[in-house]
Amino acid sequence: MSATTTPAAAATACGAGPLMCDDPTAHLLRPGNTNCAGCGMSIGLQWLDQALGGEKPVLVIPACCGIVTAGAFPTSAYGVPTAASTFASAAAVATGIATVQALNGETTPVICWTGDGGTYDIGVATLSAAAERNEDLIYICYDNEIYGNTGGQRSSATPEGVVTSTSPRGKTERKKDMMSIMAAHRIPYAATLSVAHRDDFMRKLRAARATKGFRFLLLLSPCPTGWKSEPEESVELIDFAVRCGLFPLYEVFDGARYRINARPDGTPLAEYLTRQRRYAAAAGDPARLERFVAEQWKYLEAMAKAFPAGDDRV
Amino acid sequence: MSRRTATSAVTAGVVMARLLQLDSVVGSLAIRTGVRPMPRALVTGNHAAGFALAAAGDANRHARGCCGGAYPITPQTEIIEYLRAHPFSKGHVVPVESEHSAMAVCIGAALAGARAFTASSSNGLAYMTENVFAAGYYRLPIVMIAVNRTLGPPWNIWVDQGDSLALRDAPWIQFYTDSHQDLVDTVLLAFRVAEDPRVLLPAMVAMDGFVTSHTQMIVDLPEQELVDKYLPPCRVPHRLRGEHPATIGGLTWPRETERHRRDIQRAMEQVPAVLNEAMNEFEAVFGRRPDGAVRADRTEDAEAVLIACNTMARTLRRLIDHRRADEQRVGMIKLKMFRPFPREELRAAIGAARRIGVLDRNHSPGSGGIFWQETAATFAGAADHRVIQDYIVGLGGGDVSPEHLGEILDDLTQRDRAAEPIWKEVAA
Repeated sequence: MSATTTPAAAATACGAGPLMCDDPTAHLLRPGNTNCAGCGMSIGLQWLDQALGGEKPVLVIPACCGIVTAGAFPTSAYGVPTAASTFASAAAVATGIATVQALNGETTPVICWTGDGGTYDIGVATLSAAAERNEDLIYICYDNEIYGNTGGQRSSATPEGVVTSTSPRGKTERKKDMMSIMAAHRIPYAATLSVAHRDDFMRKLRAARATKGFRFLLLLSPCPTGWKSEPEESVELIDFAVRCGLFPLYEVFDGARYRINARPDGTPLAEYLTRQRRYAAAAGDPARLERFVAEQWKYLEAMAKAFPAGDDRV
Repeated sequence: MSRRTATSAVTAGVVMARLLQLDSVVGSLAIRTGVRPMPRALVTGNHAAGFALAAAGDANRHARGCCGGAYPITPQTEIIEYLRAHPFSKGHVVPVESEHSAMAVCIGAALAGARAFTASSSNGLAYMTENVFAAGYYRLPIVMIAVNRTLGPPWNIWVDQGDSLALRDAPWIQFYTDSHQDLVDTVLLAFRVAEDPRVLLPAMVAMDGFVTSHTQMIVDLPEQELVDKYLPPCRVPHRLRGEHPATIGGLTWPRETERHRRDIQRAMEQVPAVLNEAMNEFEAVFGRRPDGAVRADRTEDAEAVLIACNTMARTLRRLIDHRRADEQRVGMIKLKMFRPFPREELRAAIGAARRIGVLDRNHSPGSGGIFWQETAATFAGAADHRVIQDYIVGLGGGDVSPEHLGEILDDLTQRDRAAEPIWKEVAA
């Protein structure tokens, strides 16, 4: 090293040197990453790559497990240009990138890939503002309902009854309804995603890609470490979550038109709860969660009836 | 306390009148020497700053354009209003929901290769802090105007340098300006230095809230053609690109982190030389020389020297002229660059003066004034037993008159040893 800081040295120092992934044909999520077994995010990132059909996005990832996925400098598990933002800033950093791309006539999709802490809690003002401005972004929250990176603390995405290290006797508050909050911003497209419903996931990603403006996607992301569940049951767990009605699959167009993609099929809530030790306390008394599921569906069915999506095809 | 006729506005008016006289002399010289005089306008400090940012942004229209974030806070608001109203050739200023996001937008814009800028004040800077550090650690040449205002609570909208100085440990170049012209010139210098490939660090340009931001002075506003000539296209070598997928700002181990910090220190060490080149080029393009990191007035053979920044330096300059007329051997330093701290330039400018007084319109609780700390460190280890005395003066926007500064100078010239920081309360 000379005493002068060369551009290359500066770039290397801030984590963007030639030692990084230099293969433009690499997959979005490259092999050899450090994600836990059974992590829903790993599935989500691979499906995202497949849904984009070879198109390479720019990723913005705030502090969350998603940036740990990259691994330590000088390596990166991400095969696309990626900015690691501060915790609350993903949607604002992405705004700057998308704005400059638009000024230069570039159409590369800019995607925020964020956890529930960065979406429901610390980043909610930034997210709300970017949605209100209808920035041309795809914002994907992989929601594992916990601060997973720090070892499993409650967030406002944590469901009622769940034991975390900061709700040791079970969370007493309900999960925040982020989809309704985003729909209230009247953004062009909002949808929930499941790692157990691949066709639905792919269709929604393509719909999001084909839409201009702010798009919000909420992925329920299993976290065996935090959920105290078996890694090999991750996909099955999400299937149960959808079938028992705890996690509805639906889309909202322009915040005003609703489409339900899958309805509860009578699967008991217990199928989902008993496979996760985080629900140990609640599983014995599922009444409160059952009430939550019932109220959620009453609301959703009413919205879908009053404001049907009709022939929206995107 | 003696009569306090010199309110900030009156002081500014006197200063403005003096500048007008000076400018007319310079202007007639320019005509005689054939250098085309620049367009002049009577503008506020905030509009002067907005003009300079917008001109710098437009100068990048043939490259990747410009982008910034806009969020209001008194007394900075007119800058972001100016930027939102400006018809950029290739640029957009995003009306965000907070200062934290204003800097985040700048970070995203610079990561995408654009020239990026914003402005803030006081608690806005405090709220922005996390991303201020991030911008520097990413090595992005963002330029920000800091309109100095007292941090609250209790709420006070007037000038105090505590807000930008709270960011002294961020990897940012910091400039402090004493007039509207100095402000315009320094904003252009700041882009030039920040974007230099030997530096690649963000730069902050500070001015006094209200005393500069809301008063008007006649300013040379350079034509776009000259700004285009002065500012080369902004190049961010590590910008995000599809053909070179990289993860910027990810995890590092201690070894890489040490090197990252060391590289930032080395980049800071390049700044004085790069600034000097930028000043030479400025003179070649605009036909006048802006103030550098340190401006010394009457320090030759001075026994006592006072150090000041921002508009206090202008008030002080008048006082020093009067005292010199009375044959007192006193001088002054206007400290324009605070980061990197120009130790070498300061030592050279102060020369053999035995008594150094530092005017601090800021306060680090439990220690003292911040400029004083840096000055004391600059002379630490020297075996010359100088008196380096701190004067904390004008906190919360208290009007610092020539009389106050005269009392401080009288104290300094009679002082044989330094005491703890002296509180000079001017608003009592």
